[in-house]
Amino acid sequence: MATHEVQERVHFPIVTESLSAERIADLEKLVSQARAAAAVFTQFTQEDVDRIVKPMVLAGLDHAQHLARLAVEETRLGVMEDKVIKNMVATEFVYNYIKDKPTVGIIREFPERNLVEVAEPIGVIFSITPITNPTSTVLFKCIMAIKTRNAVIFSPHPNAWRCCSEAVRIMYEAALKHGAPEGVFACLEAHTLQDNAYLMRHKDVGLIDATGGPGAVKAAYSSGKPALGVGPGNTPVYLEKTADLNTAVTDIILSKTFDNGTICASEQTAVIDDEIYDVVLKKFAELGAHICNERERELLTRTVIDPTTGLMQPTAVGQKATDIARFAGLSVRPDTKLLIAPIQGVGREHPLSAEKLFPVLAVYRAKSVDEALKVCVDVNHAGGLGHTAAIFSRNEEVIRKFGEAINAGRILVNSPGSVGAVGGVYNDLPPTFSFGCGTGGGNSTTDNVNIYHYLNIKRVARRTQAHMWFRVPNQIYFNMNAVENVRQFPSRSTIIMTNPALEKFGHVDIVRRYIPEGTHVHVSVIPDAEPEVKVVMQGVEALNFYKADQIIALGGGSVIDAAKIMKLKYESPGADLEELAAPFLDLRKRVIQYPTEKLNWARLIAISTTSGTGSEVTPFAVLTDKERGRKVTLADYSLSPDVAIVDPQFVMSMPQGLTADTGIDCLTHALEAGVSSYASAYTDSNAMQAIRMVFKYLPIAYEHPRDEEARSMMHNAACIAAMAFANASVGVNHALAHAFGARFGVAHGRANALMLPHVIAYNASVPTKFLPSPYQKGYIAHKKYATIADLLGLGGHTIDEKVKNLVAATEQLLDQLRFPRSIADLGISKEEFERAMPELTKLAFDDPSWRSNPRMPLMSELVDLFWKAYQGRGTTKAVNVPRQQTA
Amino acid sequence: MIAVWLKVDEERIVQALHEAEEKLDSVEGEVALDVSSVRRIDPGALRAIEEFADIADDKGVKVVLRGVDVGVYKVLKLVKLASRFSFVS
Repeated sequence: MATHEVQERVHFPIVTESLSAERIADLEKLVSQARAAAAVFTQFTQEDVDRIVKPMVLAGLDHAQHLARLAVEETRLGVMEDKVIKNMVATEFVYNYIKDKPTVGIIREFPERNLVEVAEPIGVIFSITPITNPTSTVLFKCIMAIKTRNAVIFSPHPNAWRCCSEAVRIMYEAALKHGAPEGVFACLEAHTLQDNAYLMRHKDVGLIDATGGPGAVKAAYSSGKPALGVGPGNTPVYLEKTADLNTAVTDIILSKTFDNGTICASEQTAVIDDEIYDVVLKKFAELGAHICNERERELLTRTVIDPTTGLMQPTAVGQKATDIARFAGLSVRPDTKLLIAPIQGVGREHPLSAEKLFPVLAVYRAKSVDEALKVCVDVNHAGGLGHTAAIFSRNEEVIRKFGEAINAGRILVNSPGSVGAVGGVYNDLPPTFSFGCGTGGGNSTTDNVNIYHYLNIKRVARRTQAHMWFRVPNQIYFNMNAVENVRQFPSRSTIIMTNPALEKFGHVDIVRRYIPEGTHVHVSVIPDAEPEVKVVMQGVEALNFYKADQIIALGGGSVIDAAKIMKLKYESPGADLEELAAPFLDLRKRVIQYPTEKLNWARLIAISTTSGTGSEVTPFAVLTDKERGRKVTLADYSLSPDVAIVDPQFVMSMPQGLTADTGIDCLTHALEAGVSSYASAYTDSNAMQAIRMVFKYLPIAYEHPRDEEARSMMHNAACIAAMAFANASVGVNHALAHAFGARFGVAHGRANALMLPHVIAYNASVPTKFLPSPYQKGYIAHKKYATIADLLGLGGHTIDEKVKNLVAATEQLLDQLRFPRSIADLGISKEEFERAMPELTKLAFDDPSWRSNPRMPLMSELVDLFWKAYQGRGTTKAVNVPRQQTA
Repeated sequence: MIAVWLKVDEERIVQALHEAEEKLDSVEGEVALDVSSVRRIDPGALRAIEEFADIADDKGVKVVLRGVDVGVYKVLKLVKLASRFSFVS
């Protein structure tokens, strides 16, 4: 930033006056040409572009000195030799950075993420360039624009117009000669702020790249166009006591005197540790700096800082140290490079702590690291937010703290500010002449502006094959007397969790028979109901007391669920059940993670005594929190039992009603897993097999409870269906049944039965709303129901017929099992049901079960389903499968 | 309706359009330009296309472009010329 940018800081009006028709026509012509060039440019290949860029770079290098001379003559700022270097960095270094980078077509590929990035040019860029780095900025932007296939209309600083237009001419001619589209660069002549304002708002300008003072940047951002802007700087540099002082002092002098300090990233205030302060100043003096005394500092302040604004005097910008000393009335050696002024604080009371784009450096003596960091933060906040900061230190901890404390897009370590920030010389930052300053500096980026800011980067995201899983206990023993396998698991201390009835029936004795000798066995009898927190904690106490290394859960879903939670709390006492029950959409992306560190360890052997829940192989457990009056569902594969035993001898005496309830629960698991959006070939094979077994064996087990084969098959079916839903989850039937069962105290299997035919018809119909599912290709629930109908030999030619036959077969099965066929049949009045409806739909919608349902249930559809279940039969007519479906 | 059908080669787009312009007076209805061999246009060709569209407009002739390459089509869209033509594959 320099003379005019400094003035703009106070005055850069948003010009609203209208331009003359003639001027508008001129500007329109410029834009039209640029637009056509940009449009034509879109057809160019990477090779075409690279063929143009290289000769442009060479032309820039050829004219580096010529342009530097022009710039110094015109602007009267800076050092010609340094401007040559800047021009060479703007060409050679930038080329080195961009030459191998693709900027056309596919620019980056991420095969592991199925993502491809494709470059799209911006089109027409309106570019404001500064007085301080005029030609280098133009060279840099021209090269970037061609590399990215954009057209640029330049608006140079009025006091740097001649050198900039010459730089544009050189670049344009080189580009044109090697195939660039005609009109790709243009430079405004004798332009005004009105011209700038007009172009900034022009509909065909795609981006404003404003490298200039805050006024220009603010105008750019206020235009409503996407803009790149750079902010003001006020670079603090911290010389920490472990620093290599020779490097530090040399680098700071180099940086601060480079082009007479016109690079806005150059150091403004050096904060120096007390221990090294005197040595550092001595070294500065030895290398050509003049250290001001108090009186000289006051004279200098009056000369270089405007007392009204507190900002630097434009007349001082880019001037030599000796000239500034002369203006201030200081007597210095003729070879003085830098004027150093000690200050005691930062802010308006200490004027030299402001930005000074000339070779004057403020220095501050810090008594501690803490004080030094705070003073650097003060400098950073005194007009330099987001820009640049530097530190010289060997202390990694201090460097880390500095990096965290300072808000700067570039934090340079052990290197000079100005040349370091430009990038590519002292570090691996992208070479630039536009420093993004982030939101602290009112900018959209903290980056060194580079080619990627001149591109719209499109991301082609291919559908990913979602990772799926099939997780079940790695040991499952089944068929009559499978319990004998308990003997193969050694244990020092085993606790058998069971319920009173099973103990009474002698089932516990059967299990005990197979526990290896020498094992201490304790039997813990828990109520036959959904486990409560209190019961679980009592069980955990027992596990701790007996230092158990094995739990045998013998019972239905309630007992096995209780044992799962006890094991969790025993192994990881810190597990917070409330937190672990937090809702989630995708098991793999859930916020809450189950504990992996274990204080204790116990093997869980689950022996099921009902043929429905399949809890012996599932990762779910339901807990009742009576104190809070709610149920908590835990779900994690770490809850799955280690060993499952599916021995039908434990279900031979199941009562008829329980056989029907649990059997239909099993069928619902299988049907819902079968059409789940999480279904896979692995879960399908289980679901389909379980459905076939239920339709065949459930009526037999119901009518002939002592039929060993039917009992065995139903027991296996429950486990097989559970393996399916443990991995594919369930659906809206369960959500409805959970809500209805909880509200009206109806057994889970029975509640499922009331909903099941209606849900099949509903899921087979064209969804009102599709549920996002990366696991499924298209909507296939109706086809899967048809496949099930085929599997069951139900007949039908079309999918519609097959689905209807499946619904009818399900209804027939429910009739065989003597289920009540409507909610009304349960004696619930219509009025009572109507009153309960808001609560029922809320509970059902909140239930996570439907998240894997093939169609997303709307609240109104849940209401409809509840009423269908209330009324009972007649739902097959409602099936509305997608058209043109033949099996 | 008297329709004119002309093939436009990439190497001589400007000349082809000038030739087409000359025929516009004898055309009623529409003129069809086969540009299927054109894979890229430069600013000069773009200007010629725009001029041709202007003249055709003045004469009330509809211009149909056949076989436009997608890259060329994008250029016409970017300079807002596409709406002035009909396109056939």
